[in-house]
Amino acid sequence: MASVREPLLAAHGVVKRFGHVQALQGADFTAYAGEVVGLIGDNGAGKSTLVNVLSGVIAPDDGEVRLEGAPVRFAGPMDAQRHGVETVYQDLSMAPDLDAAANLYLGREILRGGLLGRLGVLDRPTMRREAVTAFAELGVELKDMTAPVATLSGGQRQSVAVARAVAFANKVIFMDEPTAALGVMQRARVLETVRRVADRGICVVLISHNMPEVLSVADRVEVLRLGRRVASFNAADTTIEELVGAMTGSLDGPAHKDAARGAAGAGESEEGR
Amino acid sequence: MTAESQEIRQTAGAQDPLPSTSGRSGLPAWLRRAASISELWTFVILVALVAFFTLAAPGKFFTTYDLTQIAVNAAIYLVLGVGMTYVIITAGIDLSIGSVLVLAAVAAGEYNIHHGGPAAGWGTVVVCVLIALAVGTGWGALQGALVATGKVSPLIVTLGGLGAALGLAELATGGQDPAGAAATNLQNTLGFGKLLGIPWLVILAAVVTAVFGAVLSGTRFGNYTLAIGSNPAAVRRAGIPVGRHLIKVYGLMGLLAGLGAVMWLASYGTTSIAGHSTDNLKVITAVVLGGTSLFGGRGSVLGTVIGVFIPAVLTTGLVVIGVQQYWQDVAVGVVLVAAVYIDQTRRKSRERR
Repeated sequence: MASVREPLLAAHGVVKRFGHVQALQGADFTAYAGEVVGLIGDNGAGKSTLVNVLSGVIAPDDGEVRLEGAPVRFAGPMDAQRHGVETVYQDLSMAPDLDAAANLYLGREILRGGLLGRLGVLDRPTMRREAVTAFAELGVELKDMTAPVATLSGGQRQSVAVARAVAFANKVIFMDEPTAALGVMQRARVLETVRRVADRGICVVLISHNMPEVLSVADRVEVLRLGRRVASFNAADTTIEELVGAMTGSLDGPAHKDAARGAAGAGESEEGR
Repeated sequence: MTAESQEIRQTAGAQDPLPSTSGRSGLPAWLRRAASISELWTFVILVALVAFFTLAAPGKFFTTYDLTQIAVNAAIYLVLGVGMTYVIITAGIDLSIGSVLVLAAVAAGEYNIHHGGPAAGWGTVVVCVLIALAVGTGWGALQGALVATGKVSPLIVTLGGLGAALGLAELATGGQDPAGAAATNLQNTLGFGKLLGIPWLVILAAVVTAVFGAVLSGTRFGNYTLAIGSNPAAVRRAGIPVGRHLIKVYGLMGLLAGLGAVMWLASYGTTSIAGHSTDNLKVITAVVLGGTSLFGGRGSVLGTVIGVFIPAVLTTGLVVIGVQQYWQDVAVGVVLVAAVYIDQTRRKSRERR
């Protein structure tokens, strides 16, 4: 069953050079629909570059990216969005002075019908109503929909950012350190939101330094080192030590075995569900 | 999870550093919204000023003559202030408006002089108006395009624009206000005419204000303006062409400066080349008094209306009660600094949590 399952997003042999620095040296990446994939690696391992390639921010020098089996070459982040691939940036995606609904619909506002709509008049009641629904689906409840996003707590802000990404993307969402600036409780809520997003059949790629967090929320973990994928683990039966070993290279020998086991493990977990 | 989230929200409410947001949950929605509007307290100051002058000079200040006079004096600044509100909301500034007004007035005036002078017909008047609006819009859009490149800050672009526009106006006229710049037709209608006792200048300013206020608060264009001032990176990321929007905003500022030129010619009949060097400071003061943040992202046209009327009321009021009107400048200066201080304090306390 697992063997016939096609990856939603896959990268093969991606190469990216910045001058003399080879950030990605033939990196692979695999992600399936409805799962949370942890993408980890030491500083400089190429995580950000890989995510930028996969989300259309930069074009790879070599290699192939496949979305639902078909080769794609995103012309930019907007193009990736049109293909259902979106990235959540910590605070970069928010206009802090606008309210949550305006932020959710920034760039694709709902307009009134008829002449007013043609003049660009916003349909705020509908936007607010649909925003409430969109937030509720992610388990987020906002006290005041008219309050500027800046007045929300860090966790709520992050939830709005996630909701915005979910509204844009229906396939893959990249989240770069989504809980970095959050407290314990807010962190738990955001991770719960991440789970809910994945349960809707969307693939969430979580880039994080926080190993326990990755293990607690991810289904699988892919490890990058020196611009290559060195291992792929099934989160349920791996340990922090194993992850750190793969990240730092102290397990270089058995990494291949781990990768094989990881791929098989992904299948097992699928059957387990 | 639901119980837990409930708890989080309650904790957040309890630690709320702004008493106005935590203690108002029992109030009706419209009152809550009114309390959170930043221009409310500026409005209170305006009302207090009017009340003070009415009491200090009973039967003198609060007359239709003075109110009309205040409104006419404020009309041009209001039109300029509306445009400046948009510019400042994008976290920009336009120092050039006085010079652009002069340049537009000179361009229109020169055409008028060569096509009939004071006795020019309606056709000439219409062309003059179009020339003034086109010169203003073009100049503004050019400055907007430079700002949109992101290479030169709005302060510098429009500081350069201030000098260049005034210089061109002086080149065209030899530095002297030309005679016959405005047609009598224009002056007798827009300049001194009234509709139901209300001067046309005031009606024009009110219409412009209402339209631009509605656009800012209710349309996609206004939303983009606020969002760009709040976080241009996010707006760009959402696929909105930020540069093109900035060109439109500065172009609109120029358009309104051109309209200001038409109103000035209609009202005073001359180009007043030397008379607009402090327009920019007056207008920026009014916009900031009205609660628009110099850091962008927040502001309203309604606030600017209040901000324009505070100096206007002060001028007339001080004259009426016999105080030297130069005190007006002192008072406005103090209020301006206090307004920005309060804006910063509010912003900090809001973002601390």
